[in-house]
Amino acid sequence: MIKTVRFTDVQIELAHGAGGKASRRLIEGLLLPYLTNPVLEALSDAASLEVNGTRLAFTADSFVVKPLKFPGGSIGELAVNGTVNDLAVSGAKPLALLSTLILEAGLSAETLELQIRAMAEAGERAGVNIVGGDTKVVEHGKADGLYITTAGIGLVDTRVKLSPGQVRPGDQILISGPIGDHGITVLLARGELDLEANLSSDTRAIWPLVELLIDKAAPGLRWMRDPTRGGVATALNELARDAKVGIALCEEKIPVREPVRGACEVLGLDPLHIANEGQFIAVVSKEYAEQGLESLRALPGGSLSAIIGEVCEEHRGSVVVRTSYGATRVVDMLVGDPLPRIC
Amino acid sequence: MKYVDEFRDPVLIQKTAEELRRAAGERHFRIMEVCGGHTHAIYRFGLKDLLPENIELVHGPGCPVCVLPMGRVDDGLSMAQDPHVMLAAFGDMMRVPGTQGTPLEMKAKGADVRMVYSPLDALKLAQANQEREVVFFAIGFETTAPSTALTLLRAKALGVKNFSVFCNHVNIIPAMRAILDSPDMRLDGFIGPGHVSTVIGCRPYEFVAKNYHKPVVVSGFEPLDLLQSLLMLVRQISEGQAEVENQYKRVVPQEGNAAALRAMAEVFELRPYFEWRGLGFISQSALKLREAFAEFDAETKFSVPGVRVTDPKAAQCGEVLKGVLKPVQCKLFGSKCTPEYPVGALMVSSEGACAAYFNYVHRVQAVSGG
Repeated sequence: MIKTVRFTDVQIELAHGAGGKASRRLIEGLLLPYLTNPVLEALSDAASLEVNGTRLAFTADSFVVKPLKFPGGSIGELAVNGTVNDLAVSGAKPLALLSTLILEAGLSAETLELQIRAMAEAGERAGVNIVGGDTKVVEHGKADGLYITTAGIGLVDTRVKLSPGQVRPGDQILISGPIGDHGITVLLARGELDLEANLSSDTRAIWPLVELLIDKAAPGLRWMRDPTRGGVATALNELARDAKVGIALCEEKIPVREPVRGACEVLGLDPLHIANEGQFIAVVSKEYAEQGLESLRALPGGSLSAIIGEVCEEHRGSVVVRTSYGATRVVDMLVGDPLPRIC
Repeated sequence: MKYVDEFRDPVLIQKTAEELRRAAGERHFRIMEVCGGHTHAIYRFGLKDLLPENIELVHGPGCPVCVLPMGRVDDGLSMAQDPHVMLAAFGDMMRVPGTQGTPLEMKAKGADVRMVYSPLDALKLAQANQEREVVFFAIGFETTAPSTALTLLRAKALGVKNFSVFCNHVNIIPAMRAILDSPDMRLDGFIGPGHVSTVIGCRPYEFVAKNYHKPVVVSGFEPLDLLQSLLMLVRQISEGQAEVENQYKRVVPQEGNAAALRAMAEVFELRPYFEWRGLGFISQSALKLREAFAEFDAETKFSVPGVRVTDPKAAQCGEVLKGVLKPVQCKLFGSKCTPEYPVGALMVSSEGACAAYFNYVHRVQAVSGG
């Protein structure tokens, strides 16, 4: 049955693709009412399907990043890691990927080859094959070189049960590493700002870290999300709203690299709103949080993970940040799109 | 991060906040932060949590896009209707509503609107797109006016023919005078703008102290800067003094920036009057291009409608800009007017009091029963 369409914006703008408030409005106001079904309604990173008693995670992600290559990664690598990570934060080990290429006439074969190689290498690192796909070509000027969509299927670990409904006051918010690297790297790689920094994208497959966290803390693991577009702030605002809880972050505990802090300071951006492509947030019960954190820190690529805050009873539905000097500010979801086409 | 972390030091901040509480005693202080950058910093750093209740901060008119009347937005956007024109604007302008929508909406409909970080980038666009006319939508106080002036000097030196500036630069001093002369004025002192003062220096504020007997402290933007400036103001007010002090000495020279002032003087002259949102027409409060730069003046090159447009009736942007109303006291705040669907520019710009208030504060208060 079709629910009421509540989308009143008259046209699509970049903000509708930014992962923030406008995206949410488009999805909930227009897509969900028409396509509604119990699996979709969860609006999680991957759809959860039960097939003959086996729980599968099923997801897709599109990549339109500009430029195609940037320090630390490229569109091909993002396309594999992004989908693998959506499966991972659903507690699923990736089984296989499909890939759709939309190519613009005039794209150099060399550029394409580089990206296909990047996909192959990223697949190998993540331990997953690309088992099929589709290729289309559009006229010159109708796409920006290359767009990639990947779909992925994964096997959900039977030990985890993840949903906003599991989240309770007192639970700890864990982050797998420093935030904002990807968004700021891509922004600087465009060369529109005369800023340079020694920084590279954090794109990577996070499944090894997630798998370890499941091993060590499955009974206390409540919810996970990879904070891509819209950043940590948007992911946690969605959680606060869906779980009807408050979230309090401790500013000094949030890992942010100096170049990211510096760029955000100069540009008036909040690192909490900047996209990540190789991090995840996990909400873990108090009793499992410390051992979960210790295990992550022991793993390569996990040494900078941290507990950055907790779920609380107060200010339900919103996220606040406590500063080191005793003040508090609200951190909202991303509004508008300060950095379009970041992934 | 150097020059930042020192001014966010928790121990020093707590100490200064405590000192401020003691100095403020019992009486009520109404202090205006003139500059939108300060408004933003106050909310972003949650400084209200550190201030005693008897210090009331009033948000001033120093937010460039906020004071721009809707008619000027329409004028700028009317140029972008010409398919020959590429309109370049700062990011702050992109979501400011005119009567026909925002620059961003115009862009989604196909107008060629570009976001730039500097007027020099707009000039580069002109050089790279010789067949187009690039119009730079110039806004801002004395902070950004010098960079527009330098860009125009360069454009002239290079002989660029396809570049023009839609000049909306305004001066802070006439706006402060208008507020001081307003019958609603009940202020005890001013936090003076930091960035503007790097250009104009501290002397132009002396009339505030001399003629109106109100102290001004030019301040930096970090939590410790603002607390220290408030402490300096509270001490002056308590002792019945009125002087111009400079807390932001590490950046603001007493005499300002002579080179920047020279560039401005070479390129700009005062308009006889200019309309400000909320404050109405203020004489000699804005800049236009001198005759010698007429070839770069978008208002000469294009026919702009120049229609005066009043703000939507229910919106009380003007009262908020003058500091008469707090953002939450506006009937539209948070319901009809939000950062996503802004009715007035104060809800758009990061320097706007309404956006700052909405983004950083209002829900905490709403939940805690405020």
